Amino acid sequence: MEWMDYVVFSLMGLGILFTVIRLFIGPKLSDRVVSLDTFNMIVIGVIVVLASIFQSNLYLDIAIVYAILAFLETVVFARYLEGKKDDNR
Amino acid sequence: MKYVTTFVTLLLIYLLLAGFTVNEVILGSIVSAILTIILVKYTDFRINWKFPIKLLKFLFIYIPVFIWKLILANLDVARRVLSPKIPLNPGIVKVKTELKGDLGKLTLANSITLTPGTLSIDVEDQYIFVHTVDVKGKSDVENTANIAGPFEKILGGIFD
Amino acid sequence: MTIASYVFLIIGGLFYLLGGLGVLRMPDTFNRIQAGTKATTLGAFSILIGVALANPVWSWISKIIIIIVFIIISNPIGSSAIAKATYNSKNIPDNLVQDALKERGEE
Repeated sequence: MEWMDYVVFSLMGLGILFTVIRLFIGPKLSDRVVSLDTFNMIVIGVIVVLASIFQSNLYLDIAIVYAILAFLETVVFARYLEGKKDDNR
Repeated sequence: MKYVTTFVTLLLIYLLLAGFTVNEVILGSIVSAILTIILVKYTDFRINWKFPIKLLKFLFIYIPVFIWKLILANLDVARRVLSPKIPLNPGIVKVKTELKGDLGKLTLANSITLTPGTLSIDVEDQYIFVHTVDVKGKSDVENTANIAGPFEKILGGIFD
Repeated sequence: MTIASYVFLIIGGLFYLLGGLGVLRMPDTFNRIQAGTKATTLGAFSILIGVALANPVWSWISKIIIIIVFIIISNPIGSSAIAKATYNSKNIPDNLVQDALKERGEE
């Protein structure tokens, strides 16, 4: 069943690829923030699957810390965005 | 009484996370005792004895409905994303809620975000502003019944 | 057990893919937020349940429960914050058929 891991990783990798494309072409600043949020959520999934493959419990702690940091990052970017006029950047 | 309850709760959480060995029980007791003293002295909280019952109600009545709605929402997103021309009729509508507490309103807003085709933008007193992909109702009352109706009853029974 | 866990993992990967595709394909910011948030929440759920099924040990399951609870609380709040900031930064798409927030400002 090893090959199933490759299928899961390629699905998640395609998701990351799409969000990164949106991160680069996104016409507005808020589009970039949205794609960064989605990107972070996918990376949490990647870390958890890696924990399962390496059979190591510690990766789950990394995933917890990453989730907390991702939430903080989203809120900080939202605060930064608030009150600015969002022209094309 | 407050000290004992806080201490037991903290110790239980510590042991659930760390495992039941003698070392962990000793270290967990020390850590929980210090945390209990700090929490009771410097913060102001009340212990609500109805909370466990509320939590059980929340887990067994609310969560199944929520997960079912979440799966429906994802099938809806999948249908929209995969169709070649994306069907859209978006708009921002106002939804009135009867819930009083902050926790109830937070849960309602979160549930609205994760149900099919809706995204809560802002909460102001008794109103939640919701972005919907497909505006169906003509008036605010109709939209309220469509969007918040199924959750409002359940959450009202739990939080109020 | 492994087959069940792989089924959950594949479903989670599919929803992650759909989330990325939604963020890429949707025409305006609010719809991108919607697609991204919903799909990645259920994707993370499914992946975490799959990993918990593959390692049914308490030390794994407790941490996975913490991650699930945190994600289900924080993800809608984060997307709501982005949506509010997007609206307040005057990035309003012109295809809205109704705008209750604008009416609020005029009252």
